[in-house]
Amino acid sequence: MHEFVEAFKFIAHNGAVAGNPNLPSLAHLALQTLKVGAIGVLISIAIAVPIGVALGHLHRGSFVAINVGNIGRALPSLVILAVGDAFLGLGLTVVELALVILAIPPIITNAYYAVDGVDPDLTDAARGMGMSESEVLFRVELPLSVPGLFAGIRTAAVFVISTTTIASLAGFSGSLGDIIANETSYHFSGVLGAAICVALLALAVEAALTLLQHALTPRGVRLRGDRRDSGSIGEATSVAASA
Amino acid sequence: MSVAPQIAASAPVIPEFGKGSSSCVVHNHLFCWDWVEGNWSPVLWPALRQHVLLSLIAVGIGFVIAVALALAAHRYGWIEKPTILLTTFLYTIPSLALFELLVAPVGANIFAAEIALVSYTLLILFRNILTGLRDVPREVLDAAEGMGMTRTQQLLRIELPLALPAIIAGLRIAVVTTIALATIVYTIYDSGLGVPIHTALGEGPFKTELIAAGVLVISLAILCDALLVGLQRALTPWARARQGG
Repeated sequence: MHEFVEAFKFIAHNGAVAGNPNLPSLAHLALQTLKVGAIGVLISIAIAVPIGVALGHLHRGSFVAINVGNIGRALPSLVILAVGDAFLGLGLTVVELALVILAIPPIITNAYYAVDGVDPDLTDAARGMGMSESEVLFRVELPLSVPGLFAGIRTAAVFVISTTTIASLAGFSGSLGDIIANETSYHFSGVLGAAICVALLALAVEAALTLLQHALTPRGVRLRGDRRDSGSIGEATSVAASA
Repeated sequence: MSVAPQIAASAPVIPEFGKGSSSCVVHNHLFCWDWVEGNWSPVLWPALRQHVLLSLIAVGIGFVIAVALALAAHRYGWIEKPTILLTTFLYTIPSLALFELLVAPVGANIFAAEIALVSYTLLILFRNILTGLRDVPREVLDAAEGMGMTRTQQLLRIELPLALPAIIAGLRIAVVTTIALATIVYTIYDSGLGVPIHTALGEGPFKTELIAAGVLVISLAILCDALLVGLQRALTPWARARQGG
């Protein structure tokens, strides 16, 4: 456990390594990781939520929603990053592109199932009350879909943090992964300290998104929402299995 | 101690791309078949075999643990919540970090790699197996009980077969995810298709080797997924009969 003591010392010193004063601080790299990841997640949300919601609202394209999700899982982040590095050079743009490719599938799949799964009795009742299609979508389907939408966004966010650190293995500089990929400068205590920070960062992001989800979920949905949320993998995949 | 890669340090000044390089290889063209032919048995095939082994062991162990936990949670409901909490926690930790975190207590070896890979399969498998078991209709179980089946007989002959589609759906996700994740194993243990990818990155990057190894990882995932779909069709003939296909 001596290694963990050294790792926590590394964290306490904000990533300073004796005899190597030019290394970036731990806090700086953590913020970089968050920034790179946040850009990726926001772009993915902007692209994937409208597509998933539209497909779910029209109850069409389950084939697309399922297969996008399945293909997304089969793509190893290192391979995408490495290929991006080989052909385009690994700048911020290529890393963001890789992040978006990996983050879109879970968001589309979960958004589709969330909206598609809204009880038809409720949407029928809403239409019967004279709501227009857009009112049905924004005032009935979307509020009821918050737990499912967030399940996808949380999965995507965790993927993105994971991939941002892996980008350092492919030669991208500007995340906590830089420390893990550079044991020569940081020694194992630094690598372990950075690993602890990456893990804490991912858990903190997941917790923050869970709180946000809770705040956005209408009170009446919360009880049922929790159940649906915990069943989302099974839900999405039972259908995938029969497709 | 960790054997984390030092890309900057290991990159040669003049790329060599292995022995007997053709002009295609020297100029680092998009894809050189001759390199793949020459390096299939010394480089790619062993890495592919290791990759399959890493993934199979992980999913196998993960499946056994998940089945045990799901059966326990099916019988004793209180087990579900702590299991979901723990497996979600493990699932949330980014792979590169989890591998390094395991190196400190376990060492940079196959055990650390497998523990990490197994922990990523647990959430997916546990949720799907439990959902499958719980979705068995009450009436079917009542009928089985009426026929005089014991609890064990009900489990083995009614619940598990009816849960098979959900279980295999979980296995499909777990297998595909594990195959993708096993590419990172090379950072702590010299094994799997991550090794040639790492070499290729260090040499320039060398496109042919990158593409060859990348295509192998993705093809392996798609092939295993297809095999599991086939397995499900073979094991659940009633599902096809009902769909009329």
